[in-house]
Amino acid sequence: MCLAIPMEVVAIEADGSGWVMLDGLRQRVGLELVEARVGDHVLVHAGYAIETLDLAEAEARLALFRDLAAAWQRKIAVEAQS
Amino acid sequence: MKYIDGFRSLDAAAPLRQSLAELGAHVTARRGPVRLMEVCGSHTMAIARFGIRDFLPEGVELVSGPGCPVCVTEPGFLDAAIDLAHRGVIVATFGDLLRVPGSRSDLARTRAAGGWIEVCQSPHRARELARDHPDREVVFLAVGFETTIAPIAAMLAGARRDGLDTLSLLTAFKLIPPVLAALAADPDLRIDGLLCPAHVSAIIGPETYGFLAADHGIACVVAGFEPLDILYGLEGLLRQLVDEAPRVDNQYSRVVKPGGNPRAQALMAACLEPVTAAWRGLGPIPGSGLGLRPELARYDAARRHGLTVRAGEVHPQCRCGAILKGLLSPDQCGLFGRTCHPEHPLGPCMVSQEGSCAAHFRYGRRSRQP
Ligand code: SF4
Repeated sequence: MCLAIPMEVVAIEADGSGWVMLDGLRQRVGLELVEARVGDHVLVHAGYAIETLDLAEAEARLALFRDLAAAWQRKIAVEAQS
Repeated sequence: MKYIDGFRSLDAAAPLRQSLAELGAHVTARRGPVRLMEVCGSHTMAIARFGIRDFLPEGVELVSGPGCPVCVTEPGFLDAAIDLAHRGVIVATFGDLLRVPGSRSDLARTRAAGGWIEVCQSPHRARELARDHPDREVVFLAVGFETTIAPIAAMLAGARRDGLDTLSLLTAFKLIPPVLAALAADPDLRIDGLLCPAHVSAIIGPETYGFLAADHGIACVVAGFEPLDILYGLEGLLRQLVDEAPRVDNQYSRVVKPGGNPRAQALMAACLEPVTAAWRGLGPIPGSGLGLRPELARYDAARRHGLTVRAGEVHPQCRCGAILKGLLSPDQCGLFGRTCHPEHPLGPCMVSQEGSCAAHFRYGRRSRQP
């Protein structure tokens, strides 16, 4: 029920709901719980956006995982040579 | 999908595994076996699905806590919902509840026998049902933790704006911090570290777990649901234990903000207040639930329809209680996989996808606890 995949807000309606897009599919969700603008990414749970995604924080974490992976590959390459 | 791939790289998992091994050896040499707990159904599922337990070193155990809202719902709640359906009420529910056993029947059988049970992806559907069928009473089965309570509170606020007066909620809301307090105080259950739920924390804020670190010495990390998030979270827990400095780390800062979600908190506080909630397997815990404020009694299905929600009867051999506390693993229940399986669940932990028994059944040995 907890979709951990962020979806992009593509339209906001006057009644507090809005439309999000995931893999080309539009879905109507409630936006009453967040302060979201068109272009923001939101986490959706039970048909409602429950929080917006902080893109800078997401990118920082991805960078950390990329660095870990790169360091591991270097280590393997060094071990293979020796 | 690119975004997801970045959180699932095997090349990044390998150094995390090594780090877990090093930290684990350090901690267990000093304090003996270590017990970590995850308390979120989505974590339970991801841990089983991705075989995360295989990454844990000797002496580090990861147990599942009471993190599936369906699994902790008392059979008496379902008895009350079934009773409502028999009275001709439209019962709107999340699909997860359909096959959770009540004392004698379940909602799926009630529906097959002609009861109007409407399965909803979102509580918003209940609002639509009430609008489209003004001649019928509609009751939404309001179960869930903070993450689900917030959307239901938003739905109720919308229904009140619409002036819908045939819609009410049968509430069995549960709150995570009070049950964690109860688990932390349980002498049978020594927990060294806690993988805090991701989206519950988005609503309530990571600070809420501060008492676990300060008063109980439990390491706390708020982690996301992707495999690398979880491995990094477990590594963070062991790191805190190595440092002997339990605190709350928020590793899911891309979603969880300091202080949580103030809009959600305000919407919830506007319609709900703390009550004692009964947890299946754990019993009643004061302040661990939310019920409608007295001024909103007309939206309270139990009062509106004159129902008394009792505890109800559980299968005598079902060990869900001990499993929800992390004291037993699912295959230690004598019914597991024999008379109790996903096609024929005898207890709630086998019904919900997020239940420990269902996750264990589906992913088998890979989810076995060390
Ligand atoms: S296997 Fe079935 S009966 Fe046993 S604890 Fe799990 S849900 Fe209950």
